[in-house]
Amino acid sequence: MTDVGLFIPCYVDQCYPEVGLAAVRLLERLNCPVDFPEAQTCCGQPMGNSGSAEAARPLAERYLSIFERYRYVVCPSGSCTAMVRHHYRDLLPSSPLLEAVTQKTYELCEFIVDVLGVARIPGAFPRTVALHQSCHALRELRLASSSERVVPHVDKVRGLLASLDGIRFAPLALKDECCGFGGIFSVEEEAVSCAMGKDRLSDFVHGAADVVTGVDMSCLMHLQGLAARAKTPVRFLHVAEILAGAAA
Amino acid sequence: MTPHAKRAAAYVANTARMHWHDKALWHVREKRDRAAATVPEWEALRTQAAALKAHTLSRLGEYLEAFEANARKLGAEVHWAVDAEEHNRVVLGILKERGLSRLVKSKSMLTEECHLNGFLEKHGVDVIDSDLGERIVQLARETPSHIVLPAIHKKKEEIGELFFQHLKTDKGASDPKYLTEAARGHLRERFLAADAGLTGVNFAIAETGGIVVCTNEGNADLGASLPRVHIASLGVEKLIPKAEDLPVFLRLLARSATGQPVTSYTSHFHGPRPGGELHLVIVDNGRSALLASATHRRALSCIRCGACMNTCPVFRRSGGHSYGATVPGPIGSVLSPSADAKRYAGLPFASSLCGSCTDVCPVKIDLHHQLLVWRQELGEAGLTPLSKRLAARLGSFVLQRPWLYRLVGWLGRAALRRLPRALLYLPLNAWGRQRELPPAPARSFRARFKKALR
Amino acid sequence: MSSREHILSAVRRAAAPDVPRPSAFSGWQRFEEPLAHFARMLGEVGGTLVRVISEDALRDSVASLEVVAKAKKVASLVPEAHPGTVRLAGVEDPHQLASVEVAVLRGAFGVAENGAVWVPGAALGARRALLFVCQHLVLVVDPADVVPTLHEAYARLRFEGPNFGCFVAGPSKTADIEQALVIGAHGARSATVFLVG
Repeated sequence: MTDVGLFIPCYVDQCYPEVGLAAVRLLERLNCPVDFPEAQTCCGQPMGNSGSAEAARPLAERYLSIFERYRYVVCPSGSCTAMVRHHYRDLLPSSPLLEAVTQKTYELCEFIVDVLGVARIPGAFPRTVALHQSCHALRELRLASSSERVVPHVDKVRGLLASLDGIRFAPLALKDECCGFGGIFSVEEEAVSCAMGKDRLSDFVHGAADVVTGVDMSCLMHLQGLAARAKTPVRFLHVAEILAGAAA
Repeated sequence: MTPHAKRAAAYVANTARMHWHDKALWHVREKRDRAAATVPEWEALRTQAAALKAHTLSRLGEYLEAFEANARKLGAEVHWAVDAEEHNRVVLGILKERGLSRLVKSKSMLTEECHLNGFLEKHGVDVIDSDLGERIVQLARETPSHIVLPAIHKKKEEIGELFFQHLKTDKGASDPKYLTEAARGHLRERFLAADAGLTGVNFAIAETGGIVVCTNEGNADLGASLPRVHIASLGVEKLIPKAEDLPVFLRLLARSATGQPVTSYTSHFHGPRPGGELHLVIVDNGRSALLASATHRRALSCIRCGACMNTCPVFRRSGGHSYGATVPGPIGSVLSPSADAKRYAGLPFASSLCGSCTDVCPVKIDLHHQLLVWRQELGEAGLTPLSKRLAARLGSFVLQRPWLYRLVGWLGRAALRRLPRALLYLPLNAWGRQRELPPAPARSFRARFKKALR
Repeated sequence: MSSREHILSAVRRAAAPDVPRPSAFSGWQRFEEPLAHFARMLGEVGGTLVRVISEDALRDSVASLEVVAKAKKVASLVPEAHPGTVRLAGVEDPHQLASVEVAVLRGAFGVAENGAVWVPGAALGARRALLFVCQHLVLVVDPADVVPTLHEAYARLRFEGPNFGCFVAGPSKTADIEQALVIGAHGARSATVFLVG
């Protein structure tokens, strides 16, 4: 039993297990072993976002009871973390349990920077990387300063990546435009969703990116889907994979 | 498919036009960014504006009464209209009682909402929309596609063609300066011939009884100062407490809307002009219903700058008309379901919930959060498709049972690995139209993590 | 129930919880050189700034403006800047001013942050249309009356009794056709601000 519980998004568990494993490896390297409570399944965001609060509610309740016992909960996903921290209060009445569990849930990079106090990750990654700013991580968790606001520049994720030797960041025309995934939006408004994703990819390719990364595999799943269909030669890696030394 | 999804898909299909529209609006967003960056206290101004509006809305009854009393003291006539129909009847009444029939109008989203023009025309009033963008859409028999830039969806060649037909400009001419000059001449005659002018109101000051109108073209002011009768229509939410509150809003408004430091004219009307009449028409039309909603009342803070539309990646790629509402874009998708939940139930879903709108809003309306809450309210009211609600319930059923979730996951991945492409990528598969499906590994994270631990 | 009562009672019933008035805004930007900033911002909004040191220089400078030199009809409420060729006194119907080419008016003060000039309507009275119907605008302002921001501006303004006033920031303009900025929409085609002193 450790202090830190690991929360793995359902689509990472099913489709991108290597991202979860990279998160575990990364945290262990930082002397932070994690526990993975097997009762977990999903934060409930797909249900909440489709307008079914009643379907999301039991999943929120499960989350609170599963993760109550940990001092911290870490999740390699900005949108799932934002769901817990910012939107569970829309689903459930206020309670000490709700407050306690939601406020101790962190996205992976913010946990490393703000709780573990780690600013540099030793290692090398001599590639040109397009850092995609996932919207929930950016505008809800405030992992970086959004381009809309007149605030001092901050970027926790970029800070960690920048500490790797040889890494170059692809210059982007649009710093933090949405990729177009948006959950059910990706299928309900498929045309606009794909138009947004293609524009994002164009920006990355124009910046000569070898690799596209971000803190949300959901964004990357959508972008990767578009890139694969169009045979765009760019690689997709979650930030955890890059930081854990998973890439060559 | 929701009406927005259908129209948006059609808009996106014309890739060149879609990219053109996207770039045009992003350009306005960039101008806004540059203007905001010149004001170090920008975020503090937003916070102050939000607080002032929240305060005003919490005492709206008081402020409305004070505004009316003070406006009357200055010699203005104050009328009240419960809904759109009453607003239109009041305006018509003012005109008919005085035998007036040539009205020149400047931009007012409220009058668009009330469908005033059509009503007046049916009753024998000649109505000219004098704002250039509004005049363009009026001639084209369209509705505005943006609350600040009504004709942003039109190319200059289209406008040139329109002016050739209606204003006798040269065939094929599309230079904006040439076309604007033609409109100047054409509209000037109307300003001079009008016997009444109607404007909107940007801010109504409770403490003084005055109204403030912010414009660039000069049309609102010509309409208000040439004819003897000036009618100003305002929604109840336009109230602010004191004149000293104006700088907070004025410093945010034009910078947010177009990236200008201020509009060319910021006119302050306190009572009618000597020898003239000023009629203030205060309109509810559903605003008090919004005020009663704890989550959505914040939407009444809106100062109609349009910044949310300029930044919205969905609006930019689908165009204002795809929303099918008087006010489109993020704020429109928050306001419209309150007016007609059934008709506009699809609008809160016309969004990826990216939150850019919330971050540009000068009065800090939590737009993307309100869209999410609307989804849940509409779901609860049974106004989302049954199939969607059933799918959510089924998903929840599975996800509440880890053993079932693991089984369904394993089966799903196995199917994805085995099924032929033709079956996987049937037209039914909306994801697969332009994207490859996500990978389907043999073992899930939890299976591999468990193995690694042993 | 009257519509007024209907609306007011609906608004009261909405029972929005009381939110106190925030404390006065403070800590806004300062400019090292407000006059220079005013000049720059006036340029940004499409206006022109002319600095003159005396009334004589003002008169010569105004007269030599191209739009003034070419104008047959100049309406002036600032006799020291231009005598005017149109009699304004006794004109009650603003329509009679439709053919005025240049209007010369007094600005009470300027605002550095945005190049705006406050034009009080008292002197114009029923003829406030002159401000908008003229082809070219000339505004005369004392440089000592250029304030940094709108916060200082509103600290100077009093709204008592029926009145009209307008912040004028450069000439009229539009970008309604493909976002192309066109100076001169329905109002003045040009705005020249003279700072005297």
